[in-house]
Amino acid sequence: MANRTKDEILHDHNNDGIDRRGFLKCMAWAGTGAFCVMQGGVLKSYSMSRLSEMNPADMKGELSFAQISDSHMGFNKPANPDVAATLQAAVGKINALSTPPEFLLHTGDISHLSKPEEFDTVEQILKSASAKDVFYVPGEHDVLNDDGKQYHERFAKGAQPGGWYSFEKKGVHFVGLVNVMNLKSGGLGSLGHDQLEWLEDDVKHLKSSTPIIVFAHIPLWTVYPDWGWGTEDSAQALAYLKKFGSVTVLNGHIHQIMQKVEGNVTFHTACSTAFPQPKPGEAPSPGPMKVPAEQLRSVLGITDVNYVRGQHALAVVDSTLA
Amino acid sequence: MRRSVFVASLLVTAVMGLGGIVGEHKSFAASAQEKQSSSAEVKIDNFSFGPVAITVSVGTTVTWINRDDIPHTVVSTDKVFKSKVLDTDEKFSYTFTKAGEYPYFCSIHPKMTGKVVVQ
Repeated sequence: MANRTKDEILHDHNNDGIDRRGFLKCMAWAGTGAFCVMQGGVLKSYSMSRLSEMNPADMKGELSFAQISDSHMGFNKPANPDVAATLQAAVGKINALSTPPEFLLHTGDISHLSKPEEFDTVEQILKSASAKDVFYVPGEHDVLNDDGKQYHERFAKGAQPGGWYSFEKKGVHFVGLVNVMNLKSGGLGSLGHDQLEWLEDDVKHLKSSTPIIVFAHIPLWTVYPDWGWGTEDSAQALAYLKKFGSVTVLNGHIHQIMQKVEGNVTFHTACSTAFPQPKPGEAPSPGPMKVPAEQLRSVLGITDVNYVRGQHALAVVDSTLA
Repeated sequence: MRRSVFVASLLVTAVMGLGGIVGEHKSFAASAQEKQSSSAEVKIDNFSFGPVAITVSVGTTVTWINRDDIPHTVVSTDKVFKSKVLDTDEKFSYTFTKAGEYPYFCSIHPKMTGKVVVQ
């Protein structure tokens, strides 16, 4: 048997002869522009540069959505003096996807300082996206000064009082979690007792074959505790999802792509549309990372997700703005 | 008055007087010192408070100033004080009127912690 690393799945849940290493390798290519999709149980990958040659029908899944994250509207320091332009470029990228996404997920830090005009600008820019529905979860920058009141009124009217919620699309169960409230000194992200109880109840009666997609701002696995990149009580949340054959966790917050597979759970963090941050430990602090202006768009990006019914794996493809 | 008593009372007065002068001198020096330490500054930069722990006397006003390129807050762990969000170059001040230890953190980045010790 080949070397096992703790990030590899060892079982073939799809019974399709493709082990997860093949899928993981493909996901690694995604950062440089590969498009992977499960079709009829076979994992296929295509170079992004050749997408225009391909038959769009070959690339269709049954559910397609895009994730954007960390737009930080209002940020204007050297790392990116024009975050509205890069968000607009991200929308352009979304609109150029051959399979139009049905909706968008925004995994938080919509605004930079929770100012009304910042929220307004993001909503305005996203209106020009081909996907008209946007589902949000808040980042810590969205709940400043008012305990999230403004965020809640704008983006979480139909949600639970704490801002968390779930919905279904084409048989896939989506759960939006909030892990940026009531943060404790010296701590990490936090879901809290009420939210965990709600989650347990929310998924209790779902069939284990239901694909689950959880989205939240701060990563639900411990990427780098020294920088607060983790969620204290996520283990409890993941325990409630243990029975499901396919769980995908989509996060933001760290402004770079990271992926990890653990059992049935695939974790994925997205690029920011505003500015990159350093890799764990590679800088004295996790602040905005300056790159030469001509390189900026190559470190910002969007994530495209395709799901084919009957397949456990979701095709998660990251593409940069440049 | 008897001379010895007179001398003694002179001496006592002198000592008291001296003591008084010394006392005055002491309080003069002390108030000068208090004026110097009645304000203190903590710089916020690179996701940290600097200095992380400061010791000040009762009555001191501590001013936090954000020199980072990202916003931060200053929130007392025991809910004694709480700033609004501070963008780059914005300040928050709090005057400590009671002795004690006041741990605090940034509510946006809770790994950032600091402490004010008031004596």
